[in-house]
Amino acid sequence: MNPDMIQLVLVGVVTAATPLFLAALGELVAERAGVLNLGVEGMMVMGAASGFAAAYLTGSTLIGALVGTAVGALMALLFGLLTVVFAVSQVAAGLALTIFGLGLSGLVGSAFVGLKRDAAPHLAIPGLTHLPVVGRLVFGEDYFVYAALLLALAVSHGLRRTRAGLVLRAVGDNHGSAHALGVPVRSVRLLAVLFGGACAGLGGAYLSLSYTPFWSPEMTAGRGWIALALVVFASWRPWRALGGALLFGGATVLQLQAQAFGIGLPGQFMSAVPYLVTLLALVALSLRRRAGSVAPAMLGTAFVPDR
Amino acid sequence: MRIELQPRLNPPRWLGFAAPVAAVAVALLIGGVIVANLGKSPLDAFLVYFVDPLTQDWSLEALAVKASPLVLIATGLCFCFRANLWNIGAEGQFVAGGACGGALALATHGADHAGPLGGSWILPAMLLLGILGGAAYALIPAVLRVALGVNEILSSLMLVYVAGLGLDYLVRGPWRDPAGFNFPVSVNFDPDATLPTLIDGASLHAGVLVTLLVVVGAALVFSRTMFGYEIRCVGAAPRAARFAGFDEKRLTLLVFALSGGLAGLAGVMEVSGQIGQLQPSISPGYGFTAIIVAYLGRLQPMGVLVAGLVLALTYVGGEGAQIALKLPLDVTKAFQGILLVCVLGADVVTRYRVRIVGRVMA
Repeated sequence: MNPDMIQLVLVGVVTAATPLFLAALGELVAERAGVLNLGVEGMMVMGAASGFAAAYLTGSTLIGALVGTAVGALMALLFGLLTVVFAVSQVAAGLALTIFGLGLSGLVGSAFVGLKRDAAPHLAIPGLTHLPVVGRLVFGEDYFVYAALLLALAVSHGLRRTRAGLVLRAVGDNHGSAHALGVPVRSVRLLAVLFGGACAGLGGAYLSLSYTPFWSPEMTAGRGWIALALVVFASWRPWRALGGALLFGGATVLQLQAQAFGIGLPGQFMSAVPYLVTLLALVALSLRRRAGSVAPAMLGTAFVPDR
Repeated sequence: MRIELQPRLNPPRWLGFAAPVAAVAVALLIGGVIVANLGKSPLDAFLVYFVDPLTQDWSLEALAVKASPLVLIATGLCFCFRANLWNIGAEGQFVAGGACGGALALATHGADHAGPLGGSWILPAMLLLGILGGAAYALIPAVLRVALGVNEILSSLMLVYVAGLGLDYLVRGPWRDPAGFNFPVSVNFDPDATLPTLIDGASLHAGVLVTLLVVVGAALVFSRTMFGYEIRCVGAAPRAARFAGFDEKRLTLLVFALSGGLAGLAGVMEVSGQIGQLQPSISPGYGFTAIIVAYLGRLQPMGVLVAGLVLALTYVGGEGAQIALKLPLDVTKAFQGILLVCVLGADVVTRYRVRIVGRVMA
């Protein structure tokens, strides 16, 4: 392998990691506030369908990304109403949103199956992007990648260093105490859920706008679920989620490369690799962390103020 | 303005029946709006979806045959969900059961069955293998949870994809019918490996009876046995259950094996009674739809029986709507999702008094 081929593979890893990272980042914020959103898959797939539709109709990738983000947030609003306001079981409501999203995205996208558009534009800085070996990897990604990194910076800083982040973590770790201190627990959770849905929608839109230049039904293929696993894998820390996403992106690319090079294993085995890696990652993490859980203490429990 | 929830200490009994009915009604209204947006008449769609399937013999049979796997899987899920354990990989356990049972059908295909039993042992052995296959597949996430604390939601779901790809590989590879013109299907099962039909020439197979028996059995287990009491207790009051000395780990393994076994049984009955061979895909999402069935049936076996028929109606009606109204199958899926959202919403009203209060000074 020459250096340029290695760069090509690495660019592929980043592209495969970005949608997972975006969705995981959003889910991480929601979970830090104590809400387990199993609807990520549905929100992603809706973001992919509506994002592609909007981008195709307007001819603008930016509008596609914004619409995908907004639709993800809209789905999250429904989820938030059910779980945060009406205290419905978060597991059940999340599953409902995923089933609903998979069906509705098929309807939204049905008119766009088989259509193609140009992939999202990439950064191009004269002199830098054409540097050998690292040029495309560092200075030639599509804009989503840089947006995701900025978002990660903001989330990481916000969670650790700001008052808003402290309040959010307090709500996720002990909603009773937070409530007693006058924190509007349900509003904080609703906002966190909306942010999570928006990120999932953006991650989905990335799939149909940049990862592939077309929409196909159920194209998320379980990425929403892998993003959920990533949050656990990352111990609820943003930068670890980035590392995890790159690892999973690597597994995806490895699988594609192995298929292309005709390694003796059947294609179905290679397609199963990302799911098996997810499972193994969860197991490995549990082995290492037998002593105690670092999950937000209130994760998955509804808050019903008694007065 | 603020929304307040006051827990109902003794929810009235009628609410338990009225809430799911109201949920279905609201879901129908929303479904009607979607259909109208697609440029079709909501009334026509309602008739095709929910009335036509009830008017003909063949469609009533199709209803029972489609409801059977849904009810069977959902009955198993009742045990899990009641205990606050989340097996959402029933789709994978369904496939595992179908593949394990189907393997025996393929292994005995075309063989001479000498001896006093002849080939009559094959079908019971297939059903047993289906149950064992589904249960074993469900025990993977259960054991990982009990031994290592791995989240069972994510692990059971990942295994769904793995099972689907595994069956796909087997049917396209080693199990493909050599005389099948390269179609990715296995040979047709022998009569000894096929569930008998209840009426000659009809599609209604004996698996429907098995399902009914399981539902009645499950209802009895829930209401009359210590095991049923343990499950209800662990789900409703985990701390009290721990003080009572109930072994949570044992219970986790048991309910996962039970729900996986029932999903596996549903899978093997589907391939042996309905499809008659193995295909790359043997389920139109029964494992996930069964989650809706379980909730619509209020996590009670008898309720699940009714709910399974309602959801089966959307499948049978959905096929009719595809032909008669050219409505895509996604309408059915979207409707199923809306239905679950409505069911969960209706559940709020049974558990709480919902009050909307104006802003008051504290």
